[in-house]
Amino acid sequence: MSFFKKLKDKFAGNAEAEESTEKYKEGLAKTRIGFTSKINDLVAKYRKVDEDFFEELEEILLQADVGFETVIELMDDLRFEVQRKNVKDTSNVQSVISEKLVEIYEAGEAEINEINFVEGLTVILMVGVNGVGKTTTIGKLAHRFKNEGKTVMLAAGDTFRAGAIEQLDVWGKRVGVDVIKQSEGSDPAAVMYDAVRSAKSRGVDVLICDTAGRLQNKVNLMNELQKVHRVISREIPGAPHEVLLALDATTGQNAMLQAQTFKEVTDVTGIVLTKLDGTAKGGIVLAIRNKLKIPVKFVGLGEKMDDLQPFDAQKYVYGLFAEGLDKEQQEEDEKADK
Amino acid sequence: MAFEGLSERLQGTMTKIKGKGKVNEADVKEMMREVRFALIEADVNLKVVKEFVKKISERAIGQDVMDSLTPGQQVVKIVKDELTELMGGEERKIEFSTKQPTVIMMVGLQGAGKTTTSGKLANLLRRKHNRKPLLVAADVYRPAAIQQLETIGKQLSLPVFSKGTDMSPVEIARQAIEHAKAEHLDTVIIDTAGRLHVDEALMQELKDIRALKEPDEIFLVVDSMTGQDAVNVAQNFDEAIGITGVVLTKLDGDTRGGAALSIRSVTQKPIKFVGMGEKMDALEAFHPERMASRILGMGDMLSLIEKAQSSVDEVKAKELEEKFRTSTFTFDDFLEQMSQVKQMGPLDEILKMLPGANKIKGLENAKVDESQMDRVEAIIYSMTKKEKTTPEIINASRKKRIAKGSGTNIQDVNRLLKQFEDMKKMMKQMSGMNTKKGRKKMGMPGLDSLFK
Repeated sequence: MSFFKKLKDKFAGNAEAEESTEKYKEGLAKTRIGFTSKINDLVAKYRKVDEDFFEELEEILLQADVGFETVIELMDDLRFEVQRKNVKDTSNVQSVISEKLVEIYEAGEAEINEINFVEGLTVILMVGVNGVGKTTTIGKLAHRFKNEGKTVMLAAGDTFRAGAIEQLDVWGKRVGVDVIKQSEGSDPAAVMYDAVRSAKSRGVDVLICDTAGRLQNKVNLMNELQKVHRVISREIPGAPHEVLLALDATTGQNAMLQAQTFKEVTDVTGIVLTKLDGTAKGGIVLAIRNKLKIPVKFVGLGEKMDDLQPFDAQKYVYGLFAEGLDKEQQEEDEKADK
Repeated sequence: MAFEGLSERLQGTMTKIKGKGKVNEADVKEMMREVRFALIEADVNLKVVKEFVKKISERAIGQDVMDSLTPGQQVVKIVKDELTELMGGEERKIEFSTKQPTVIMMVGLQGAGKTTTSGKLANLLRRKHNRKPLLVAADVYRPAAIQQLETIGKQLSLPVFSKGTDMSPVEIARQAIEHAKAEHLDTVIIDTAGRLHVDEALMQELKDIRALKEPDEIFLVVDSMTGQDAVNVAQNFDEAIGITGVVLTKLDGDTRGGAALSIRSVTQKPIKFVGMGEKMDALEAFHPERMASRILGMGDMLSLIEKAQSSVDEVKAKELEEKFRTSTFTFDDFLEQMSQVKQMGPLDEILKMLPGANKIKGLENAKVDESQMDRVEAIIYSMTKKEKTTPEIINASRKKRIAKGSGTNIQDVNRLLKQFEDMKKMMKQMSGMNTKKGRKKMGMPGLDSLFK
């Protein structure tokens, strides 16, 4: 059943229905149709818009790790909009909310989730704290680029963690791309130098550089990362063309600090949100996008080679609410059963 | 440092209330809003926060507070008590089996730090409990996970039981337990693959391993940076296989670690260890009461004293004290002191344990640059023997030489000389004071002048 039909059915028998549907159509035209109608659908299905609704919306967002500040800002915005437009009709209130929700992520900017490929060699540097899935993501990226017909090379820049080089090596074999490596404990900057050199001489299209996981408050390790970055840009002006920060979707508010610090040190250009196949939402990327303007470029959805997908903001934001609202509804039903 | 944001936030609110003669309902309400805000920003689960805030409000508004002489202090105490209780009261020890071998299972999500923690735990059990551990590589899924454990085993000279990736983890675990019996290894630590708590097939695998020989401990390894989802993860793992304890990893980061509170209050299982670094000895026992103190900015003096005791040589400390008194403290002694301080671990970590350290201006976010210490060392190493004992003789040309020799500049040398003099003066005053009061002190003065 289409959304409009649903809406019409809903208002059938209501004297104001015709008028409000018209208004609603106008409102809808201004926003992105598919996503907005879905959210509207949800909102309409579950409840009327009152203070309770706002509170529940707030909780859904908080439980998705969006963060207090961003949530409060959004809620204030929503309340203000609703008041300003002085809309008493629920369907209109809903459309206001939908518009706002789309804006949380996109903040009026066009989406840039493509990898910035350049003529000749494109260098991608992968950074992040320990255990977020950098190496796995590199394997998946390599697979993806190779399928697109590009020649890919990997650089084993995690010379610190036991087994990290072997891990990347396994991925290299699995995907069928070369891995430039040195022994464990060697200088990561030296590995990068080697890798950039051989990538240039072999004429590959993409070089993806792994780095060791490091907590952002370790000054020395962040300095080391800066050096790695410097070595790459000295060899190829303008490189690395992409610095991707791997973020674990289960991470809470600390992700903001991670993004901030890594951005200062390596000028992060995009985020890969990993482990999104669990129950965590990684809502903090909304706050990061708002505050630091770093877009999410890919999401990791599993352990297989093709479990990496380009980020779809609308789908993502929708997911935040859909599941949240579903859950609330379930809980309410359970309560009602008792 | 862990929880620092929470303590800062609470401190701000508390100072407002502390001085008040009377706390009214509105005060409590305002404070609770701050507490709620701080806890959520610290990643404590929303539902846990709600319960916590409700509990405190009830106690705070109750009669006992209003009647007490200093209601502000009373409220602070309530918050601290509840926080301690939430995190598990007393410290819990690890359980060993009377029937050999003791079996410990490490479980958790991907990337939580199971393999590293397995190595650290084996190391700790050998060192502190005199056990003979066997590490078992049961992660056959993640590429090179087995090599990782093998490398760790080599580093620690500990046996690792691995059968490659073709055997099922259950079979590997079974054979490992047999192997441990035969080799008289008394503790088996099984490093399982990271898995999602909603992955039924893989959760079944854990149940099967568990069925081999009832493990004495099943540790859920949790990243301390985990957000709201920590509760779901812990609950699911606990329901599926019944965890006995939690290991909180990466607590050396700057996360506030609210996940610890959530997991604890939802599963009621104790947090037994915390991972504090990437080195193999960076696994420590979890102390709920110390953590609660730290959250409220009361400092973690107990940990600091423990650290100092294990790394400061008493005899040397006495010698040093003598030198202060007689003003024969030299640059050589200074170096000695520095190396002792260094042994205690990263300086910023130590600083954060000092009560009120986060209130000192300019120190609240102090990232102590350890290379600054290296520079100081280099300067001292570039001095002649005579210069070290009688720094007064260092004139302009000597300064130039020292700066050149240490790769620093004259300003750096000057600064160090000035600090050294100040320190000596201060020491003289302090040791005079101390003998009057007859108090003993530790030989670690001048710490602050290094960070200016």
